[in-house]
Amino acid sequence: MQDFIQHIINGISLGSIYALIALGYTMVYGILKMINFAHADVYMIGAFVAYYAARLMGLETSPGVFTLILLLVVAMFFCSLLGLTIERFAYRPLRKAPKLNILITAIGVSLFLQYSAQVVFGADPKVFPEVMNDFVLFSIGAIEIKSFDVTVLIVSVLAMLALQFLIFKTKLGKAMRAVSANSSVASLMGVNPDKIIAFTFVVGSCLAAIGSILVGMKYPKIDPLMGMMIGMKAFVAAVLGGIGNVGGAVLGALIMGLSEEMVVAYISSTYRDAFAFGILIVILIFRPAGILGKYTVEKV
Amino acid sequence: MKAFKNPLLSLLALIAVGFVFSFGFNSYIQLIVLFAAVNCLLAMSLNLVNGYTGQFSLGHAGFMAIGAYFTAYASTKWNFMPESLRFVEFFLFAIGAGLMAAVAGFLVGLPSLRLKGDYLAIVTLGFGEIIRVTLLNMDFLGGPRGYSGIPSFGSFIYSFSFASVWLLICFFAIWRVMHSTYGRGFLSVREDEIAAESMGINTTRMKVRAFVMSSFFAGVAGALYAHFTNFISPSSFTFLQSVNAVIMVVLGGMGSMTGSIVAAILITALPEALRPLQDLTGVDLRMVIYSLALILVMILRPKGIFGESEITDLWRKYVRRSS
Repeated sequence: MQDFIQHIINGISLGSIYALIALGYTMVYGILKMINFAHADVYMIGAFVAYYAARLMGLETSPGVFTLILLLVVAMFFCSLLGLTIERFAYRPLRKAPKLNILITAIGVSLFLQYSAQVVFGADPKVFPEVMNDFVLFSIGAIEIKSFDVTVLIVSVLAMLALQFLIFKTKLGKAMRAVSANSSVASLMGVNPDKIIAFTFVVGSCLAAIGSILVGMKYPKIDPLMGMMIGMKAFVAAVLGGIGNVGGAVLGALIMGLSEEMVVAYISSTYRDAFAFGILIVILIFRPAGILGKYTVEKV
Repeated sequence: MKAFKNPLLSLLALIAVGFVFSFGFNSYIQLIVLFAAVNCLLAMSLNLVNGYTGQFSLGHAGFMAIGAYFTAYASTKWNFMPESLRFVEFFLFAIGAGLMAAVAGFLVGLPSLRLKGDYLAIVTLGFGEIIRVTLLNMDFLGGPRGYSGIPSFGSFIYSFSFASVWLLICFFAIWRVMHSTYGRGFLSVREDEIAAESMGINTTRMKVRAFVMSSFFAGVAGALYAHFTNFISPSSFTFLQSVNAVIMVVLGGMGSMTGSIVAAILITALPEALRPLQDLTGVDLRMVIYSLALILVMILRPKGIFGESEITDLWRKYVRRSS
C-alpha cells in the first residue's frame, strides 16, 4: 500500500512535467492545426542552455531557489527566441500549404535541431548541474515526499495557472482564442494572426523550457536526443485529453504519468513506451476526439 | 518510353544496370545500391497509402520489421530446398513476409482507418512503436540483441536481381491497380472523402485495402533488408525509419510512382555522398544538411520534385515543347 502511494506521488510528479510539454503541443495545435514536432527539441535545447548558463555563471556550486529561478529565466528567454525563429522561417512560409507538407517540415526542423545539437554540444550525455538540494521534506510512515517532487509540482502548477490566466483573462488570450476559432474572421476584427501565432510559439517554448529544467533536476542526464521520447509521450498526452484543449492536456498528461509509473512498477519497464501508445489507441478508437475533445461532424 | 510499360524489358534493363554496378564499383557502393532498392520498394508501397489514398501513415517501419523478422526466422530455421535452389526458398519467404505484414496491416488498419489526418498519423506511429517494443521483448527473436546470421544471397548481382524482381512486381502491381477503375476509388478517397462516400464508395474498405497492399510490400522490403544486412535488431525499425519513408514519398511527389523511386535513390545516396564532407570538417554534418535540405524543399517546392506527374509525363512535355 505504501509502495502504491509512493508510485502515485512519483506518477503525479512525472505527469506534471508531461503536462508542461503537452501544453505547448496543444496550444500550437489549437491555433495552427499542426503537430509541432520540433517542440520536443526546443525542450532539449532548453536543457542545454540551462546547463551552459549554469556553468558560465558558476551556479553549479550554489543550489537553491534563486538558481532555479535564474536558470528558468535564461532558458525561457532562449527557447522563446528559438520558437520565434522556427515559426518565422520554417512554418510561416507554409501557412497555406497542405497539412502533410507542414508536418514534414516540422519533422525536418526537429531532425535539424537534433543533429545540429549533436554537432554543437557533442553526442555524449552530460550531467545536469544540481539546481536544488534534494531532501526529504516530510514523510508519513514509509512514504517520502521529496523536495524535488514538491518543487516540480509547484512550478508546473504555477505555470499552468499563469497560462490559464493568460488565455482566459487577458486581451491577448482572447485574441488567441479568436484566431484558434477562425483566423480569417479574427483578422477582420482587427487581430493580427501572424503576431498571435508568433506569441503562441513564445508561450509554448517557455513552457517547454520550464519542463526541461524540471526534468533536468529530476533526471540529471541530458543528451541531444532526449526530446524524442518525452516529446512523443507529451504529444500522446495532448491527444489523449483532446488536442487543442488546455484542460485536456493536463488530464491526459496526468493519466500518462500515472500509468507509466504503474506499468514500470507492476508489469515491466520495457513495456513502458508501448503501453503509452496502447492507451492512446484504445481511447482514440472509442473517442476519436480525445477525452475532453469535442467531436465535430464534417459538413459538406 | 514504351519499354517502361513492359515488365520483361524493364527487368532486363535493371539487370543490365546491376551488371554495371557489380563490375565497376566497390562493395560499399554496391551496398548503397541495394539499400536504394529496399528504399524504393518502401517508398512505392507507402505511396499507395500516402500519395494515392491520401491517408497519412507513420508506421511503415513496423510492417517492415514484421517482414524482416519473419524472413530472418524462416531462412535460418527452415531449409527444405537443395542449396542450388535457395532463391526459390527466399522468394517464398519474401511472399510469406509480405503476407504476415499484410495481416498486421489489416489488423491495424481496420480499427484505425476510421480516424483522419493527424490522428491517423499518431495511431499508426503508435502501432509501429508497439510492434518494435514487442519485438524487443521476444527472446526467441533475439530481443534487444537482434537477430544475426541471416543467410545472404552471395554475390551482388544475385541480390540485385532478386531485388529488381520485387521492385518490378511492386511497381506494376501498384501501377496496374492505380490505372484501373478500382484504383479510381483510392484516388476519390484522397480527393474528397465525403463526395466519394456519396458516390457509393465504401471509403473505409478502400482505405483498408490500400493499407493491406501497402504493408504487403513493406514486409517484402523488410525481407530484402534482412537478407542484405544479415543482421536486424528492433533499433533498425524505429520511428525515424518510418519518417524516412514518408519523406521519400513527399519529396518525390505524392502520387507519383517514378517520383518515389527517384526520391528514394536520392535520399539513400545523399547522406552517403556527404560523407567526404565529414572527413573534411571532422564533425558529422551530414544529417544537418539533409534535414535542412528537407525543410527547403518543402518551402520552395511544396508538391515534391515531380508533383503528381510521372517522369514519363515530364519527358513527353519536354518533347512536345522542343518540337
